[in-house]
Amino acid sequence: MENTIDRKKAARSAFIRSSAFQRLIIIAVLILLYGYFYAASTSFRKYTTLVQICSNMYYTLLMAIGVTFPLITGGNDLSMGTGLICYSLIGSYLMRIYGWPLWAAIVITIAMGVTMGFINGFGVAKLDVPPFIMTLASMMFCRGIGSILTGGFSGTWPDGAEPGAGFRNAFRLIVKTESGRMPIPLGMVWMILLVIIMTLVLNKTRVGRYTIAIGSNKEALKLSGVNVLKWHILAYMISGLMTGLAAVTYAATFSNITPGQGAGFELNAIGAAIIGGTAMTGGSGSVIGTFLGVLLISLLQVGLPFVGLNADWQLLITGCILLGAVTIDKMRNGR
Amino acid sequence: MGEVILTMKGIDKTFPGVHALDHVDFEVRKGEVHALMGENGAGKSTLMKVLTGIYTKDSGTITYEGREVEFHNPREAQAAGIVIVHQELNMMGHLTVAQNIFIGREPRRGLFIKDAEMNAEARKLFAQLNIDIDPRETMSNLTVAKQQMCEIAKAISHEAKVIIFDEPTAALTDTEIEQLFVIIRDLRAKGYGIVYISHRMDEIKKITDRVSVMRDGQYIGTLITEECTKEDIINMMVGRVIYEEPKTHSMVEEGAPVVLKVEHLNAGRMVQDVSFELRKGEILGFAGLVGAGRTETARALFGADPKQGGDIYIDGKKVDIRSPKDAVEAGISYLSEDRKRFGIVLKKNIIENSTLATLHEYVKGPFIDKPKEAKATQKYVDLLKTKTPGIDQLVMNLSGGNQQKVVIAKWLVNDSRIMIFDEPTRGIDVGAKQEIYELMNQLAKSGKAIIMISSEMTEILRMSDRIVVMCEGRKTGELDIAEATQEKIMTLATRDIDMQNSKAMEEGA
Repeated sequence: MENTIDRKKAARSAFIRSSAFQRLIIIAVLILLYGYFYAASTSFRKYTTLVQICSNMYYTLLMAIGVTFPLITGGNDLSMGTGLICYSLIGSYLMRIYGWPLWAAIVITIAMGVTMGFINGFGVAKLDVPPFIMTLASMMFCRGIGSILTGGFSGTWPDGAEPGAGFRNAFRLIVKTESGRMPIPLGMVWMILLVIIMTLVLNKTRVGRYTIAIGSNKEALKLSGVNVLKWHILAYMISGLMTGLAAVTYAATFSNITPGQGAGFELNAIGAAIIGGTAMTGGSGSVIGTFLGVLLISLLQVGLPFVGLNADWQLLITGCILLGAVTIDKMRNGR
Repeated sequence: MGEVILTMKGIDKTFPGVHALDHVDFEVRKGEVHALMGENGAGKSTLMKVLTGIYTKDSGTITYEGREVEFHNPREAQAAGIVIVHQELNMMGHLTVAQNIFIGREPRRGLFIKDAEMNAEARKLFAQLNIDIDPRETMSNLTVAKQQMCEIAKAISHEAKVIIFDEPTAALTDTEIEQLFVIIRDLRAKGYGIVYISHRMDEIKKITDRVSVMRDGQYIGTLITEECTKEDIINMMVGRVIYEEPKTHSMVEEGAPVVLKVEHLNAGRMVQDVSFELRKGEILGFAGLVGAGRTETARALFGADPKQGGDIYIDGKKVDIRSPKDAVEAGISYLSEDRKRFGIVLKKNIIENSTLATLHEYVKGPFIDKPKEAKATQKYVDLLKTKTPGIDQLVMNLSGGNQQKVVIAKWLVNDSRIMIFDEPTRGIDVGAKQEIYELMNQLAKSGKAIIMISSEMTEILRMSDRIVVMCEGRKTGELDIAEATQEKIMTLATRDIDMQNSKAMEEGA
């Protein structure tokens, strides 16, 4: 008898320590928050608000999923925010000034992200520059280079009646109905697909496995005969690729890209990943957790104005949630 | 013993400033356990690293299975069948057992790793070794002993022919060591060539067939284990004779006052209702298996972990210890089992380390009084015979034994009266061990009261005046050294486990 009780107790404490438990807490908070906004504000209940929450989160989600990989290696990627603006600015510049076709601009935008990921990864894995410093440097670099190359040009991507503006439909499809025009957050489909794919990448492929292994014990991985350099760089390239995709998504969602912006985007993404249970010390993290973290931050971003709290409040509250998530995590795993 | 499978001849390796290997010879036969011995820094690990391609040799030849070989990295050595089970376990704690075993060579279908197949393979390996471990368990949840068995399983899965064990028992309890030896004997019978690096004499006698000794980067000689004595081996290692005889009677003066009294100490699951007394000039040994709650008791006593209850009396007066700061002020010091994490700051010099706990005594106004600091440090370096070129030497450049002396100095500077030594000689070579022992005896003689936690039975029997035995968080017995034997201690150290087992069986029936 006693044994079964002990076993149940052990199972319960194992569950409390599991990352699934942390995710359940976030889901509970999400539901409560949504319920609160729903009850407090009639305009929040509108369908368009839901669409707005979606549109708002795409680029953050992409960056957050991307940065989950360097975070799991025990690293970081601060270059995402300014990188995003830099790549989409240059993409826009190539279209507007040099007349490049849309598809080429998209390819270049993504390629720039991947390249920056490679540079970050090379600096961290090969030259042994601390990840914080390496990506801080590229963050500054991106912020500068975007403005210099485009000469302070404020970028736009095809919109309205322009040819190519249809690419925005990939994220926000406008359907004509009897009652008027109805936006469909098509981007959400891609995002869910992406979460599934990246979960598989993290848990079922070598790059994911070695990303975790690097964060867990890099030396051991090296002694196992694995080419750590390659996989370590790849983790940063995933982050870069996601930033590149985020740049395109950002361009598709917002009409104007202003040089010098973007700093701070990455902090939302990193915060979301950490709320989702990714450990800054490396070794553990999940894409689903990151997804939930982004949902939470985006819900706050969009929802708080409906209850009369502005963006400053949103930052303040996000900060508290971040601290709370990490503290709960520490308490769960404490002795 | 079978034919020679591996021969290293005239291996030479120089690092800047150090001649690490000076024309060393070594060979391994199939179906033998060949001990490689030597003090820390003698070159054992360097030799093995040259063998497995982590270092490149300057000269010499390695012949393996009749062919001359040179491995450029561990992967090539692995592929050829030479594998190291490392001293510092090379595990990725966040991954599962099977993921660890097959890291770097995961079976795949396209891009995807076939975890199910990996688990099945790992299960087969464990069955082969008669080990009961779930391949899906997260590595960090396993005990050190089980993690090591995973490393062995990993070695075998590489179709190894030569397995190198680098101090495999450093963190194991006596029962776990026995289990390990069963596995090693089994491997030997199956024809594996086994290299066994260890500092522990009794293990060498127990498990190995031949012993090769190195000293200061040189090969000294090889002995047949059966035909030599411990003293022969130690002589070759250090060039002098050390005897490891147990203490026969307590050295504590009759009527020595009780300095520390602990009553009904409770702290979590690992410390349940622990009571004991410690007298002036006494060395109180804490024996038990790893995980018996000895370190936890010490940490709770020292205020490093919260306690749920219990009274602590120093010199008969009740004291309230809530943090290490309180403990230090009450005259208690704690020398952690994990020196590098809790004991010293590796990248600082001896002076800075020695005065770390008492820096407030070495300030003049806002500044640190450097001459005073240096004087105090020098005093203890001399007293403890710390081997160092100077007191401004970085601690990371010292040997394990001398690092331990710096930690001791730190607490002597602090004038502690009650010293807790947690595994004081872990990772320290034979010669330095002797010095640490002498030092502890001197400290006791000078009136310090010492608690010594140790997992080495010989150390417990040799040093203690009295022995407290713990098992699963409880004190299961107390023995005077005059009546203590290895068997009695083991019985107490496993008592609770046996009781629970029999209880479980009764319930089952």
